[in-house]
Amino acid sequence: MKSKAAALSLQQTGISPAEEKAPQKVIALAGNPNVGKSTIFNALTGMKQHTGNWPGKTVCNARGTCTFHDNSYTLVDIPGCYSLMSHSAEEEVARDFICFGEPDAVIVVCDATCLERNLNLVLQIMESGRPVLVCVNLMDEAHKKKIRLDLSLLSSRLQIPVAGTAARSSTGLGELLDELEQMLFFTPLSGQTGSSFDASSPRVVYPEYIEEALSLLVPRLKKLCSVSGKKLPSARFMGARLLDDNESLLASLKDYLGFDPAALPEISGTLDQIHQMLKDRGISREKLQDDLASSIVRTAERICRGVVFYPEEDCDKKDRRLDRVFTSRLTGFPIMLLGLLGIFWLTITGANYPSELLSRLLFCLEDRLAALFSSAGVPAVITDLLLHGVYRVIAWVVSVMLPPMAIFFPLFTLLEDFGYLPRVAFNLDRCFQSCSACGKQALTMCMGFGCNAAGVTGCRIIDSPRERLIAIITNNFVPCNGRFPTMLSIITLFLIGKAGGLTGSLLGACILVALIVLGVLMTFLVSRLLSATILKGIPSSFTLEMPPYRRPQILKVIVRSIVDRTLKVLGRAVMSAAPAGLLIWVLANVSLSGQTTLLTALTGFLDPFARLLGMDGCILTGFLLGLPANEIVVPIIIMTYMARGSLLEIEGVQLMQLFTANGWTWITAVSTLLFSLMHWPCATTLLTIRKETGGWKWTLLSFLVPTVCGIITCFLFTAAARFLISL
Amino acid sequence: MTELFSLSRLEPGSSARITRLNACGEMRRRLQDIGFIPGTAVTCLQRSPLGDPAAYRIRGTVIALRREDAENILLAKEASHEK
Repeated sequence: MKSKAAALSLQQTGISPAEEKAPQKVIALAGNPNVGKSTIFNALTGMKQHTGNWPGKTVCNARGTCTFHDNSYTLVDIPGCYSLMSHSAEEEVARDFICFGEPDAVIVVCDATCLERNLNLVLQIMESGRPVLVCVNLMDEAHKKKIRLDLSLLSSRLQIPVAGTAARSSTGLGELLDELEQMLFFTPLSGQTGSSFDASSPRVVYPEYIEEALSLLVPRLKKLCSVSGKKLPSARFMGARLLDDNESLLASLKDYLGFDPAALPEISGTLDQIHQMLKDRGISREKLQDDLASSIVRTAERICRGVVFYPEEDCDKKDRRLDRVFTSRLTGFPIMLLGLLGIFWLTITGANYPSELLSRLLFCLEDRLAALFSSAGVPAVITDLLLHGVYRVIAWVVSVMLPPMAIFFPLFTLLEDFGYLPRVAFNLDRCFQSCSACGKQALTMCMGFGCNAAGVTGCRIIDSPRERLIAIITNNFVPCNGRFPTMLSIITLFLIGKAGGLTGSLLGACILVALIVLGVLMTFLVSRLLSATILKGIPSSFTLEMPPYRRPQILKVIVRSIVDRTLKVLGRAVMSAAPAGLLIWVLANVSLSGQTTLLTALTGFLDPFARLLGMDGCILTGFLLGLPANEIVVPIIIMTYMARGSLLEIEGVQLMQLFTANGWTWITAVSTLLFSLMHWPCATTLLTIRKETGGWKWTLLSFLVPTVCGIITCFLFTAAARFLISL
Repeated sequence: MTELFSLSRLEPGSSARITRLNACGEMRRRLQDIGFIPGTAVTCLQRSPLGDPAAYRIRGTVIALRREDAENILLAKEASHEK
């Protein structure tokens, strides 16, 4: 089995001109959240989409190409969903692609350890009329749990192809593609028109009165299908949704068609007739909707009987034991805090030495470059601009950011892979509930540690629009990876200072954790304020799946998180650091009148206000100019301090001297830390918020809320500290 | 007639069968999609450290629900020894 999978040609190349004419088949990869869809997607396309063991990793459609037996397919990884009767923004994305994205086929990925629930979605997608291939993934997990499955029986009951896979070890992918090829190219089923499945026996049988209603509606809808000339979902599916009165789906259908089918006199007339009939028989709308939903669940139940064999009892004993450790009253919270502390401690200790090494290396390289430039006869101004402006900022960003990220991201990804994050949400939900927010906000905050922009996008997993907005606006209270370097260097220089070694790094980690806890508390406070004022509302309902724990694939995780996350974030930082370096150099070297450079003018202007907050004009300028990327805040501050207008070689002691010479005290350090935790989101995050909320109003609010919080906190802190000192 | 009680009162470690859903709208749909329909067995596994939400096993998966939502799911008392 394995050798076959290994022999596949899964590259993205090699489409001969002859085949290029036929359009590539578009295959949607659907499934419940957290069933390994993205793993399958990556294995088939050779892409490196990040996967994690918690529901809601994929929030938008990712595309990739997969070649098998000379056929190329476009695979689309759509967000996980439990049902096509969607609830959240990400589920709508999934549903709209299946129903109106005109895929040639849908591979529905199922979890072998809970097949029955997964079949609910399979049956719905089958009903929608798209050709379906069932991929029962996580066969290895099922085997471990002693769950036995009869896939051939499943296939004959569903009358569609079924393939078993264990995507993490690339097992069964060859068979999956074989089945796909069979289905698309060799099966007599046309698969071209959406209604092809109507002819065969319906898999889901509804109670008699619904079937009767459908028999009235379906012919009308079939006519619509043939008239519209579009690949609509099957008439039976649309009929059931019309009966169901699924508003969100009908709205999408309307968009797709360009008109409202329910408003057509033919269809609305039939609907009226049906509603009258139901009323006469005393069948309430609620009963109708219940029966529509439960018929599918019961069909799934029936199909699974004899297909899935569970062991005697408790196949999830291990998971429950771990849950008792990670989420119990006694140990739940301490473990969470200790975990955070451990991660930061490892990051601080581990990053120390490589950081220094990198910085020495990069600055050594600069000298070489300078020599090279001068021997090549490059004008001094250009050399100065490129090397002292652009290069030094980049060097700083790389040497300060790379090592901590290369440690932090893999560690965090391991936790994610293991399945710990949903437990954090479980532990913290009570707090969010009392702020009228959603517990899943904890998951989006975790994403925010990596990048706030990613966290904001991740908020799509939150069902209620109100709670989603709260999560978006408050996401910035979690310091992202771009802010860690700033915080780390300030903490290391000023707050742990002389306490070196183990005590020092532990103290550093503690301070960082304290800062993050403060951020979390601010999140609660602001969420509460928001839901009491502009985002008024009661907490909406909440369901959170707690997936089984999985042993993380350590090596893969490390490679993947370094390649995907670390380098990506670093790349972004460098991209924004380079032009920022240029801008700063220009600001620092161009004078307005006489001696004052633009930069001095700016810092001088900001200084009085910044002093109130315990900082100075240079620091505030750093934050302002750091808008494109938070990583460059410290380099800008340093640069502004230097009369020379460019960065010096930076090593710990010199930096400390530079800062103290510019009047830094511990008050300045703490204020800067606080402001770093609470100020405007970076430009990327702001743009993401604009995209996600669809308006500048919420973007502006997301800008103002953390900024105002930061200003108030810094002001109060500084005033209090100065008062205490003056005593 | 069996006695009805809400899911929120199911003690950790015990199981019962769902008899009625009182939730409405979106939540009703969501619960049905995950498999909360009459006749299904539910086991309460544990409560979160702060007492709410609680984790339930249903149809082979573990789902956390808040007390408020669990109150709208009615169960029938049933002699069960699942641990």
